[in-house]
Amino acid sequence: MTDSLVEARDLTKHFGAMVAVDGVSFEIEKGEAFGFLGPNGAGKTSTMRMIASVSPVTSGHLRVFGLDPETYGPAIRARLGVVPQENNLDTELTVEENLLIYGRYFDLPRSEIRRRITELLAFAQLSDRGKSKVEPLSGGMKRRLTIARGLINRPEVLILDEPTTGLDPQARHLLWDRLYRLKQEGVTLIITTHYMDEAEQLCDRLVIMDKGKIVGEGSPRGLIEKHSTREVVELRFPPGTQERALEKMGDLGKRLEILPDRVLIYSDDADETLSEVHRRGLETETTLVRRSTLEDVFLHLTGRSLVE
Amino acid sequence: MAPTALRVVEAHARVYRRTWRGSVISSFAVPLLTLVAMGTGLGRLVNDSGGVAGGTFIEFLAPGLLAATAMTTAAGEASYPVVAGIRWSKSFHAALATPVSVADLIYGLFGWLGIRLVFNLVIYAAIMAAVGAATWGAAMMAVAPAVLTGLAFAAPITAWVSTLESDTSLSSLFRFGIMPLFLFSGTFFPIEQLPDYLEPVAFLSPLFHGVELTRAAAGVAGSPFLLWWIHAGVLLALFIGGTIAAVRNLGEAMRK
Repeated sequence: MTDSLVEARDLTKHFGAMVAVDGVSFEIEKGEAFGFLGPNGAGKTSTMRMIASVSPVTSGHLRVFGLDPETYGPAIRARLGVVPQENNLDTELTVEENLLIYGRYFDLPRSEIRRRITELLAFAQLSDRGKSKVEPLSGGMKRRLTIARGLINRPEVLILDEPTTGLDPQARHLLWDRLYRLKQEGVTLIITTHYMDEAEQLCDRLVIMDKGKIVGEGSPRGLIEKHSTREVVELRFPPGTQERALEKMGDLGKRLEILPDRVLIYSDDADETLSEVHRRGLETETTLVRRSTLEDVFLHLTGRSLVE
Repeated sequence: MAPTALRVVEAHARVYRRTWRGSVISSFAVPLLTLVAMGTGLGRLVNDSGGVAGGTFIEFLAPGLLAATAMTTAAGEASYPVVAGIRWSKSFHAALATPVSVADLIYGLFGWLGIRLVFNLVIYAAIMAAVGAATWGAAMMAVAPAVLTGLAFAAPITAWVSTLESDTSLSSLFRFGIMPLFLFSGTFFPIEQLPDYLEPVAFLSPLFHGVELTRAAAGVAGSPFLLWWIHAGVLLALFIGGTIAAVRNLGEAMRK
C-alpha cells in the first residue's frame, strides 16, 4: 500500500449513451496538488464527482482513502472537502449560518463549529462579514466562503472544481494564495481547471483530459519539456497573407502549429527563428516570442486550443 | 431517523428562522379568513336551514379546513423547496457532499414538515376552539389526522417534483391538483351533496380521506364516511409509498 489517497484504474462514467469519462487511470498522493486540466466537457467534473463519492462509478476501479465509494460513501465524504463549480450557498442565510449548517451536517458540536468559524472566516478574509447575508457578497467573497465551508470538517483532501472561473485577476490571485497556504498545511488539493496558468501555478502534478480520456500526465514543467519546445514564436500576418507566408516557413523551428488567426513556431531558440523569418522577407503584422506553456502542450496533444 | 437526517431537520429550522415571515399569510391568514367568512357568513344561511350533520356549519367546516390547510402547506413545502434544492440554490447538492444521504434529505424534509404542521395546526385548532367550532379536546384530537393528511400529500408530491426536468409544470400542480381537491373533497359540504356521478370521484381524493378522518377526530356526527381505518390506511399508504418513491426519484435526479 502506497501513500495514494485516490487510486483510479480504467474509471468510466456513462450518462445514458453519452460517455463522459472513458477509462481513465491515475493516482493522487498525499499532500500534493493534483490537477485535471482540459476544456469544458472533457470529463473533469464527472471524474471529480466520482472521487467525491456523489456520483456512482459506471465501471472500473476507484478507491478513495483506500475505500470503495460504492460502500463507504458517507465515511469518505466525512474526510473530504468539496468546492463545487457553482457556489451553492444558501443566500437567504448569513455567512456564519452557512458554515454552521454545513458543520452540523458533519455532526460537529456547535461549540466546535463556532471556534472553527472564527478561524475559517479569518482564513477566507471574511472576518468582518460573518453576520452579513450571502447575497450581497462579491463573487470572490462567495468563492472564498464556499472554500471555507468546504474546510469546516478539516478535510484531508480538498476538491475544487474550476475554483477561479468567473473571478477577476485580483480575486484569483487572492484565492491562489489561500490555496497555497492550505497546501503548506498539508491538505491534499485536487483541482479541475481549464486555465493553463492556474494549472501551472497550483499543481505539482496534473493530467490533461480531452473527450473523457487522459492524453498527458506529469508535472507542468515535465509536460512542457516532453511535449513542447522551450520557446515559441507567434506570428500574425496581415489578413489574407497567412497562406502564402506558410509556403516559405515549412522548415522553420521544430514544429509549426497553424491556427486560423496566427502561426506558432516551436523552437529552442526563438530569437534566431524570428530573425530567420525576417531574413526570408516575410511580412508580419505582429510577432511575439514567449516560453512554452501548458496551452502549447494541450494544442500539441489534441490539435485544439484549451479555451475556444 | 439517522442522526444525519436530524441535522437536515435542523438546517430547515435554521432557514425557517430567516424566512418564516413570508409563510405566515398562507399558513394562517388564508385559512382563518376562510373560516370566518364561510363559518359566520355562509354559516348563518346554512344554520337557518337546519345546519349540517346535526350541528352548526362552522362545526362541520372547521375540521375540514384543518385538513385542507395541512394539504396546502404540505404541497407548498414539498414542491418549491425541492426544486430549489435540486436546481435553484442547489442546496441538496451541497448537503450531499457531506455524510448526508439522499434518504436523509427526504426524511429530514418530511420530519421538518411534520414539526411545522403540528405547530401550525395546533394554533389553528386553538382558534377553532376559541371561536366555539369545537371543544378544546376535540380540536386538539383533530390535529393528528390533519398532520397525517399533510404528509400523505407531501411524499407523492416530492416524488413527482424530483422527476421534473424544469419547473414550468409546478404551478399546474396547484391550479389543477390542489385547488380542485380543496373544493371537491367534502371540505365545505358533505360529498353526498355532489351529483351522484361525481361522488365516487371524491373517494379518489386523498383530501376526502383526510377531511373525514379529521372530522371524526373532532367528533362531528356522520364522520367518518367509511370505516376510520380505511381512511387512515389510504393516507398512510400514500405517505409510505410516496416516501419510498421520493427517495428513489431524488436519488436519480441527484446522480445526473
